Amino acid sequence: MNKKAIIEKSAQTIFLVSAVIAILAVCSITVYMILKGTSALKEVGVLDLLFGTVWQPTAENPSFGIAYIILSSIVGTGVAVLLGVPVGLLTAVFLSEIAGKKIAAVVGGAVELLAAIPSVIYGLIGMMILNPFMYSLEKSIFKGNPNHQFTGGANMLSAIIVLAIMILPTVISVSTSSLKAVAGQLRAASLALGATHIQTIFKVVIPAAKSGILTGVVLGIGRALGEAMAINMVAGGAVNLPLPFNSVRTLTTQIVSEMGYAQGTHRQVLFTVGLVLYIFIMIINFILLKVRKRGVAENG
Amino acid sequence: MKKKILATLLVASMMVAGLTGCGAKKDDAATNGDSTKQEATGGDLSGTITLAGSTSMEKLCEAMSESFMEAYPNVTVTAEYTGSGAGLESLAAKSVDIGNASRNLKDEEKSSGAVENVVAIDGIAVITDKDNKATKLSKEDLTKIYTGEITNWSELGGADEAIVVIGREAGSGTRDAFEELLEVADECKYAQELDSTGAVLAKVAATPGAIGYVSLDVVDDTVATVALDGVEPTEENILAGKYLLSRPFVMATNGEISEQSELVQAWFDYIKSDAGQKVIKSVGLIIPN
Repeated sequence: MNKKAIIEKSAQTIFLVSAVIAILAVCSITVYMILKGTSALKEVGVLDLLFGTVWQPTAENPSFGIAYIILSSIVGTGVAVLLGVPVGLLTAVFLSEIAGKKIAAVVGGAVELLAAIPSVIYGLIGMMILNPFMYSLEKSIFKGNPNHQFTGGANMLSAIIVLAIMILPTVISVSTSSLKAVAGQLRAASLALGATHIQTIFKVVIPAAKSGILTGVVLGIGRALGEAMAINMVAGGAVNLPLPFNSVRTLTTQIVSEMGYAQGTHRQVLFTVGLVLYIFIMIINFILLKVRKRGVAENG
Repeated sequence: MKKKILATLLVASMMVAGLTGCGAKKDDAATNGDSTKQEATGGDLSGTITLAGSTSMEKLCEAMSESFMEAYPNVTVTAEYTGSGAGLESLAAKSVDIGNASRNLKDEEKSSGAVENVVAIDGIAVITDKDNKATKLSKEDLTKIYTGEITNWSELGGADEAIVVIGREAGSGTRDAFEELLEVADECKYAQELDSTGAVLAKVAATPGAIGYVSLDVVDDTVATVALDGVEPTEENILAGKYLLSRPFVMATNGEISEQSELVQAWFDYIKSDAGQKVIKSVGLIIPN
């Protein structure tokens, strides 16, 4: 073999090894989560674990139902996305279609800053400002209601609001770039046919950027579902049905708050909670892949 | 081309040199370590003491081992905070010298050979926000608050303010101790379950109408303490056995202390010495009688 071939060969090997590291990481995490997460499923029973509503891991007759926890994650993420996506999408429209260069630069910079703020800061502000506000709201709504347990303002609603703000930057930046990528001639054609600026945006530009916007939404869902720190600080952390003024616990905060001391089956169940979260994230990524593929097919 | 190959070779040879260099250093260190060990056996103690167990005892263990290692510079004390149960499991498996538990040992733990050495006593204080006026509760009142039967301070002679019941997460040593001592294990209806002592303290201080429980030593003037059955959570009351919510800090050993290695014996002697007792006090704990 000549020198050239040796260098080519060795370079290829290095690339291959690098690629294998990433794949190895994903595969080993998947295998590990499945191995660790399924043992509790066998021990506790799939139905009791996934659909049980009583979480008493340290009781004499422990009960490991995580249904409320799964539900809290789904409801919290869902409502946060419902609140955050319209705001995010309209901000993206403003940035790409309406704002002048100077204003767009200021707003765009603010959005980037929002993305850079660590989640613990969101949690801190939620704790100091949102929770006391929620508590006064809670007091006026449930005044004299003996069936309501007062939570001091740490509740589902606080978590949803914090999550809705946290997914904004993701939705905005992905949507903005996909709106900007819509060909100028589409806009020109629409305007030439007599449509107004706003009509053009909603009837032409947004539909054309649909798959990019969907990508942003799905990424936002992923971010909301995986957020732990901020939720842990504002949601109260008791296992309850996810009603607006109930203190709740999500899949992520469940692991964060109990892993430290958990032993035996309790610990294994926390791995199962991790597995459930992992499966959710996998589904989200699968959808993302489909959406992107469809986008490529449409644009190509 | 040639230059590149030369460079690669150079880098490679440097790496080899580096590796062998490191190896050589390691050997040096190892021999040095051996020699100090040999010297030490003549005079002072040397070696490693391993502890594992209660997270509640972290502050105590860190302070104690730091102070101990100053007195015995050749001894290394390593402590892991895995939880009381896990610590005692490690002790039973003989993977550690001492198992820390922030509770009395259970019968099955004692029967597997663990001996209960109480080194300190921890008190759990029930705290409320500063503005709360109902600071004298009976055990029954407290039980009813935590099981959700009493939900407003006005029922206890306080202001018309909802009670926000704050506690720790399942598995926490403080929660275990609190629920066990109050005999409300797994019947508590928490409005908030927080995962650290500091978080409970901060939340109770910031939330009107809140009640929570923390280790006695972390109580500060941002919160008010509750007198239980007329007994204030103070050191004297806990030592006299009057205060309900107190628990022992146990450093369990396999067999009596006198059967332990010289090192472990030295550790317990140190705890009982003036310096050791000072450490216990400095982390806010009470010295057992």
